[in-house]
This record gives sequence, C-alpha cells and structure tokens, in this order.
Amino acid sequence: MKMKKGETSAEEFEKAAARRDRTRYVFRLYVTGMTPKSTRTIANVRKLCEKHLEGCYELDVIDIYQQPKLAKGEQIIATPTLIKKLPLPLRKLIGDMSDTERFLVGIDLKPKNS
Amino acid sequence: MVKAKHDGAVLEKSQTGIKGLDEITKGGLPKGRPTLICGSAGCGKTLFAMEFLMRGAMNYGEPGVFMTFEETPDDLAKNFISLGFDLHGMISRGLIATDHVYLERSEVEETGEYDLEGLFIRLGSAIDSIKAKRVVLDTIEALFSGLSNAAIIRAELRRLFHWLKDRGVTAIVTGESGDKLLTRYGLEEYVADCVIFLDFRIEEQISTRRLRIVKYRGSSHGADEYPFLIDESGLSILPITSLGLDYPVSLERVSTGIPKLDAMLDGKGFYRGSTILVSGTAGNGKTSMSATFADAACRRGERCLYFAFEESPSQIIRNMESIGLDLSRWVKKGLLKFHSARPSLYGLEMHLVTFHKVIDVFGPQVFVVDPISNLSVAGKISEVKSILTRLIDHLKMKKITTFLTELTHFGGSLEHTSEEISSLIDTWLLLRDIELNGERNRGLYILKSRGMAHSNQIQEFLLTNQGIGLIDIYTGSGEVLTGSARVAQEAKEKASELAARHEVEHRLRAQERKRKAVEEKIAALRAEFDAESEELHLIAEEEQKRQAALAEDRLKMAHLRKGKPSAPRTKHLKKKRERRIR
Repeated sequence: MKMKKGETSAEEFEKAAARRDRTRYVFRLYVTGMTPKSTRTIANVRKLCEKHLEGCYELDVIDIYQQPKLAKGEQIIATPTLIKKLPLPLRKLIGDMSDTERFLVGIDLKPKNS
Repeated sequence: MVKAKHDGAVLEKSQTGIKGLDEITKGGLPKGRPTLICGSAGCGKTLFAMEFLMRGAMNYGEPGVFMTFEETPDDLAKNFISLGFDLHGMISRGLIATDHVYLERSEVEETGEYDLEGLFIRLGSAIDSIKAKRVVLDTIEALFSGLSNAAIIRAELRRLFHWLKDRGVTAIVTGESGDKLLTRYGLEEYVADCVIFLDFRIEEQISTRRLRIVKYRGSSHGADEYPFLIDESGLSILPITSLGLDYPVSLERVSTGIPKLDAMLDGKGFYRGSTILVSGTAGNGKTSMSATFADAACRRGERCLYFAFEESPSQIIRNMESIGLDLSRWVKKGLLKFHSARPSLYGLEMHLVTFHKVIDVFGPQVFVVDPISNLSVAGKISEVKSILTRLIDHLKMKKITTFLTELTHFGGSLEHTSEEISSLIDTWLLLRDIELNGERNRGLYILKSRGMAHSNQIQEFLLTNQGIGLIDIYTGSGEVLTGSARVAQEAKEKASELAARHEVEHRLRAQERKRKAVEEKIAALRAEFDAESEELHLIAEEEQKRQAALAEDRLKMAHLRKGKPSAPRTKHLKKKRERRIR
C-alpha cells in the first residue's frame, strides 16, 4: 500500500514521519478469541499501521484464551490491549482502536492535546 | 453449617476461621458467593481478606487466589508475615496463588470499546492453577481509578460477580467506604449477598475497631457492632451478645487466702466461678488482697491471670514481698501471668478483646483485674458496665473465679460507682477507712455474698509482713474502736477485768480463812466438852468406888455390931447418886 500524504496535514506529523523511517515499531495485540470485537480491532490496527508506519512495524496478535499466562505477565486487564514494545517507552492502548486520534497519541506519533 | 433440617435449600456457608466471625455469621460467609468487605482506609479489610484465604487454605482445605490491585506481591508477602503466614511457602505448596493487577491511568490510552476479559482470564487461570475455592479481590475499585469508562467497568463488574458465582468460588471483594454509599463506587449494588462493614473509630483519642454485618441474604446473623482486634495472630472478633444467663455453677469453694476471711464466708471462702468485687479508697489494700488471692490460687496449683492497670508486674512483685508474698516463684512456674497495660492504651472494647484473647490462650482458673475502675478512663460508665457484663458472662461460662478491685473516691458514697455493676457481683467486699483519734485504720466487711451465710461484722484489716490479718474490732460499750484506740481500750478492759478477778479471789480466801477459824473453834469446844465429860466420868467412878467402899465398911461395921443392914435404904441411896452423875 502506498501512503497518501494528503490525508495527514500536521507539520509535526511530517517530522515524526521522517523519524519513523529510522525507527522500528514492535506491537503486540492481545485479543480474546475471534469475537467481532477482536476481528474489528485487528483490522483497525492493521489499517492504521499500514497507513502510518508502512514497512517498519511488526505486529503479533495473541489470543489470551490460548495463552492465559501471558495475560498476567503483560498486565492485561482490558481487552483488546495493544502494547507498543518498541520504540521505548512502552505504551499500552486499550479498546478497538476506532479512535484514530487517540491511537496516534497513544503510540507517540502525535503529542497529547494537539 | 446447614442449620435448619426442614429446609433443604438452606444457604451453605464457608467457614472463615476468623475468631468469632463464624459465630456471628452462624457458620461463615455464603459459600460460592461474593461477599463485600467495606470500610475506610486502614480498617483491616485486606487483613480480613488475607486471613480468610489463609485459614481456608490451611484449615479447611480450600486453596485461594489473592488478586491484589493495590499492593505489590512483595508488600503482600510482608503483610502476610505480620500475621504469621508464610505466603511464599503457601504459594510453592500450591495453596495460594497471587496476582498483582497493575493499572495506571497515565500509562493507558483508551482508543475505543473494550471489555475486562483479560481480568477474567487471569482470574480464571489462577483459579484453575490451584483449584481454588476462595478468591479475594483487593480492591477491585482500583479499576475505577485506572480506567475512565465507568459504564464499561460497571457492566463488567456485574458480569464478574455473576461469573464468580458460576465458578462456585467464595469470594471476598473489598471496597473503600464512601460518603453516602457503603463504598465509594457503589459496589454493594453488585454484591448483594453479604456485606460486612469494618469501622475504625477514634473517640477521645482512643481508637476502636468494629465490625458489622450490614446484610446477609438468606441467613440470620448478629446485627450489632462487634469490636475486633488485629494482632500478630490475626483478627479476633467478639461474639459478645451470644452469651446468656445459662452458665453452669459450681458448689466448690475456694479459699480467699486469708483464713479469717474464709471464716467470715461460711468458713469456706468464695464459690468457684463466682465474681468477687473489692471496693475501697486508695491505699486500702486492694492490691494486697488481690495478690493474696492470686497467691492462694497458685498454692492450690491453679493458673492465675492478673491484669494490672496501675502497676507493672515487677512493681507488684516487689511490693507484695513486703507483706510476705513471693509471687515471682509462681511466675517462674508459669502458674501466674501478669498482663499490665494502661487503661488508656486503647478503647474499652479493645480491652475486652484483649481479655478474651489472653484468657483463651492462658486458660486460667482465677482471673484478677486490678482495678476495674480505671477502665472508666477509656469509656463511659455505661460502656464499662456493658463491657464488664460481657466479660463476667464469659468468665462464668468458663467457670473462672473472677476477682475485681475497684477504687472508690474519697468523700463520695462508697457504693456509688459500684451501683452500676453491683448486680453482676456475687461477693462484694468493702474496704473502708475508719478514722478515729487521729488515726486512719482499715476495716473490712462483707457487703453481700450470694448463696452463703456470711459474717456481718466489720473486721480490722491489717497488713503485716506475714500477710493480711483480720482482727475483730472493738465494739463494746456502744462504740467502734480500731487501731491503737482498740489496743488501749482492750488493755484497759483487761486491767479492770484482772482487778475484778483479784477482788473475788481475795474475798474467797478470806472466807476460807473464816471457815477454818470456825472449824477450829468447834474443835476446841468439843475437846473441852470431852475433857469435862471425861472428868465427870472419873468423878462418878470415884464416887461409886467410894460408895462401894462405904457400903462395905458399913457391912463390916454391922458385922462388927452383929446387926443386919437394912437393904432398901442402900438401894435408895444408890439410885439418887446415879441421877446426880448423869
């Protein structure tokens, strides 16, 4: 997929996009089975990552029904939870990622209250 | 735990193992249902939950999961150790599982719709790992501060409690108390089966912990506020109102340690298991009496618990040596145990809980509190009475002879403060001052003693280096005398008595002398008379001989004259002479 520059207009986003070329993003998405919410979330994350972080992200989708031990280790309470492992600092996002603005703020692509 | 036989669907209960709680709840918390424990910060919610879990795992074979939202596992382990539980050991033996749920709002971005399935999975996994029967969520309210969407949390909580019921685990959920609601976020709305409220109140700088069962669906329960204590062995709750007036009584008697006092009490002393109160003003020997009674109990080989509210144990031991009591040997033998505390150390109920606890642990036959009046520092008189009622009921149930002392105030009526508790007392001794002739002496008398004949006399109470002595006080000539006045009066009486006795003796001797004199006189007269009679007798004999000789002479003369003497004449003469002699 090609990035469509016209859709993101903010100046700072351009800068972040420039930095992003050198940065590698590692995400883990914890879901609970193949519920509609889970599939919707996976689709949302994929879409946003392709759009903003094309070619430089890694996404693991983990079903914690299958691996409940991981839920404890990663402090998963709410599902779905997206954890940004890299770059540091570690970030946690919960919800179905339908709020794009909050998603971008959550993974530090956009500063808060902008 | 199933109480009523006629009802098959009676609520099953899960014993908590917490001292007293199972009695109040009549068997424990509802089995397989969640219970809400609420209260302000520091009221003991977490400890309550912890003990529930630990006792379940150790005593009832029910492993448990502790899910903590606030404290880290390390802090948790430290808290458990403070109760004497080894959390790490329990975890490695598979009896307890812990899970620390860490939630920080600033680290989480909410990007849409979510649920708390992660929490369910973690809890379910922990339950499955050890086959847990008990679960603690401490405190689930942290979700409200960690997440912003309250609507989701509420929906999920409702689901969680249903889920817990479905899993059949007995759960404890803790919650901070709120302003209007029982908990800050209205958790009681979801946990409808059993709600227990813990309270931590400070009145006049003295704190008291209390527990109340707000509701318990499907079960009767004690509705009062029960005081409880947290110490190194966990929680102790007092099932205070469960006691009635149906305790067993004993006919056995125990010595007071003072022979004369035993004599005053029907010659045998107190009844075992009765309650004795000694009232008196300061310095009247109440502690000495207590110590003497304790000493007597230890001599019989009984165990004695001595609660001292005024003095330290070593001070009591030292002071009692001055009246010849060696209490230290009983302490060494383990028969006597002192428990010293300032009454203001904690609230009244705390004292009661402490009493109960120490009594249960030590198992005494004799229990001494010296003095109970100091308890009023820690509460109102009515409260003191209620505390003492409960204490005395408890002690009577256990057939423990209770010896209480009470300090009454100078000037006031001696019976005044005691009125409040007098109905609880079986034997009431009064020590009072008798001020006379510039001296203050102690008098003891028995105000009442249920179920035995007892002396109505006032005895003078003496403290000597041989122990306590009681002396009949002087009551002759219409006045009561004690101390040196009594001694003086007694000496005076002795002297006059002696004088009177001497007088009698003297008169008796005089009489004796007189009798002897009379007898002597009689003897002398008789002797004189005898002598006279003898003499007369001799004269008569002489006369007879002379007459005989005369008659013979006459015969001879007649013979010589050759004539016959006239016989009647002789006879007549003879008779006349005999009459004269007589």
